[in-house]
Amino acid sequence: MLGEIREKVHSAFRLTREDALKLFRTDDIFTLGELAAFSASTHNGDRAYYVRNIHVNPTNICVNRCRFCAFSRSRGEKGAFELTIEQIIKNIEEAMPVSEAHIVGGLHPDWPFEHYLKMLSAIRNEFPELHIKAFTATEVDYMRRISGKGLKEVLWRLKEHGLGSMPGGGAEIFNNAVREKLCPEKLGSEGWLEVTEAAHASGIRTNATMLYGHLESYEDRVDHLLKLRELQDRTFGFQAFIPLSYHPMNTDIGGEGASGIEDLKTIAVSRLMLDNFPHIKAYWVMLGEKISQLALLFGADDLDGTVIDEKITYSAGGVSRRGITEEELVNLIRASGRKPVKRDSFYEPARKWRVKA
Amino acid sequence: MRPERISKTAALGLFKEAGLLKLGRMADEARSALHPEGVVTFVVDRNINYTNICINRCRFCAFYRDADDPEGYVLSKRELFNKIKETVALGGTQILMQGGLNPALDINYYLDLLRSIKKKFRINVHGFSPPEISYIARKADLTVREALAILREAGLDSIPGGGAEILSDRVRKKMSPNKISSSGWLKVMRDAHTLGMRTTATMMFGGKEKPGDIVEHLDAIRTLQDMTGGFTAFIPWSFQPGNTEYQGMAPATAVEYLRVLALSRVYLDNVPNVQASWVTQGLKMAQIALRFGANDMGSTMIEENVVRAAGVSHSVTMDEMIKSIKGAGFMASQRDTYYNIIKRL
Ligand code: SF4
Ligand code: SF4
Repeated sequence: MLGEIREKVHSAFRLTREDALKLFRTDDIFTLGELAAFSASTHNGDRAYYVRNIHVNPTNICVNRCRFCAFSRSRGEKGAFELTIEQIIKNIEEAMPVSEAHIVGGLHPDWPFEHYLKMLSAIRNEFPELHIKAFTATEVDYMRRISGKGLKEVLWRLKEHGLGSMPGGGAEIFNNAVREKLCPEKLGSEGWLEVTEAAHASGIRTNATMLYGHLESYEDRVDHLLKLRELQDRTFGFQAFIPLSYHPMNTDIGGEGASGIEDLKTIAVSRLMLDNFPHIKAYWVMLGEKISQLALLFGADDLDGTVIDEKITYSAGGVSRRGITEEELVNLIRASGRKPVKRDSFYEPARKWRVKA
Repeated sequence: MRPERISKTAALGLFKEAGLLKLGRMADEARSALHPEGVVTFVVDRNINYTNICINRCRFCAFYRDADDPEGYVLSKRELFNKIKETVALGGTQILMQGGLNPALDINYYLDLLRSIKKKFRINVHGFSPPEISYIARKADLTVREALAILREAGLDSIPGGGAEILSDRVRKKMSPNKISSSGWLKVMRDAHTLGMRTTATMMFGGKEKPGDIVEHLDAIRTLQDMTGGFTAFIPWSFQPGNTEYQGMAPATAVEYLRVLALSRVYLDNVPNVQASWVTQGLKMAQIALRFGANDMGSTMIEENVVRAAGVSHSVTMDEMIKSIKGAGFMASQRDTYYNIIKRL
């Protein structure tokens, strides 16, 4: 049944929408896994990457209240927080040695655009070697609105103040009918793609995400992948694709979330469809150590990092502990039969703090 | 057509060399040959730990307490009956009774307990793993066979396969030096089977064993099963080091769990059922395990004090379990202790 797709994968032919749907609907996860692993090996050999990073959430106060988001609060609500720039610096200090700071947060009602620029320069001044991966397309769009500046200028100023790359959050699912139910206030899919394309044009590399396991269909997932593939054909600005498995706890949407097999299928189909994406990330904080390890056999090549703090998944009942040690990550990768490579933010082998792993 | 039986050497080679997906595919084929109808079962039962006081002090056990420990307990009959009543009310068909080796309890305690349960309830008592059976027998100065016969008479229906750990005395000496030996464990099972009782078998890996020990364990089960046919199911699960003397040791990873599970399905051609352990692995993994040889999800309703004591806690509703079975492409059914299907769901 998957014979034709196998042929295509082995001769590096692009898969179609129909192929992807067939792969999602198969019970033959072994063939699916083998094909995805083959594809992963053509991109990354037997390497599986991880990074020493810290996640920083400057605030959880957000003017949007996306229905799947267990992280955000309104101002004054119990549990609302905002970090000062000094606190952020201190948190990073304590997490050292890390090579990357991943910074995302809510859309704060009062912070002006300058505050974000100040935050970036302060971090850059304090840690000149640190790569700053910050702000989703949603946040950048918000900065455009609060500053009244053009998109290009916003991006250029962020870059000038130290922004190294952008994470791929806020993509959720591009189907606007579903998106309307999940996060009616959030930047729409066209907006997300516009901001991301502009970032690529400004020389800012980004990731891309997809939130699945809520109200979407297989068709929605495949269309989401196709949109990303088209954009990547034009810009080649994406580094990694990160499928995010939805966690139902503490959110307004409820539901059960994706099953284990769904998680693996989604990783595998993403690898096979996104033939122009260098990397597929199995983000262990979202997937848990077990599923993300298995994902390495289903097409993923990156587990993300030794994350120190990750409030967003935790508030939604995420499955993993707060942090994971480098040794544990290396062990997971080894036990999966892959070769662990500590990377920098552009997937080059990290030079500093190389451990005898 | 039954595929040819795999030898120990071949099994060891597979376990060491084969990729996970290859092993998985073999296990999936073996599972589908034994269960071509594509049904995955589970039992509705409750795990009742009647006492946590134990003299064995196994080094991997986070559950036991010493006799003088303020946290030590023996459940009263009232508590026990309440738990059983709730189980029955929720459609449960069995209780899994396991506990420590408590020096204060003698065989009369067990006989009285079994009789009074059977008088009040129509429920299958799946109880007392080999270490408990052998301890009860020893204290009563009876042979294992005699003790089993009396317990059975009083109402014990079937025996859980716990305490097998790894059936390698080399490993047992390290991790559970006071526990019943491999041959002791196997003898309890043989005696139970010859008395007509059915039992399960388990294996706890991810401790101090080597690949060869795992194959030896599987072979011991297969050999006994050839003689008696008394094992209903095999349940491999991974050692949870939290809160034990091995805290800090890396637990078996997902890949290792699935490899062992798949190898078990391939090797144990004479054991009809292989169980996924959602209690130790989580529901997502248990679902994936259904493609790596498992055809049973174990039990839904859980009071898993032993695993919880080691800091691992998952809970699952029947609904979630059924969804997850169907999501893997199988039909879901509730079964009884003997793997007869009670209800298609
Ligand atoms: S998902 Fe982002 S934009 Fe939406 S409410 Fe949460 S923090 Fe705000
Ligand atoms: S594993 Fe069983 S025999 Fe060993 S200490 Fe724990 S309760 Fe006692």
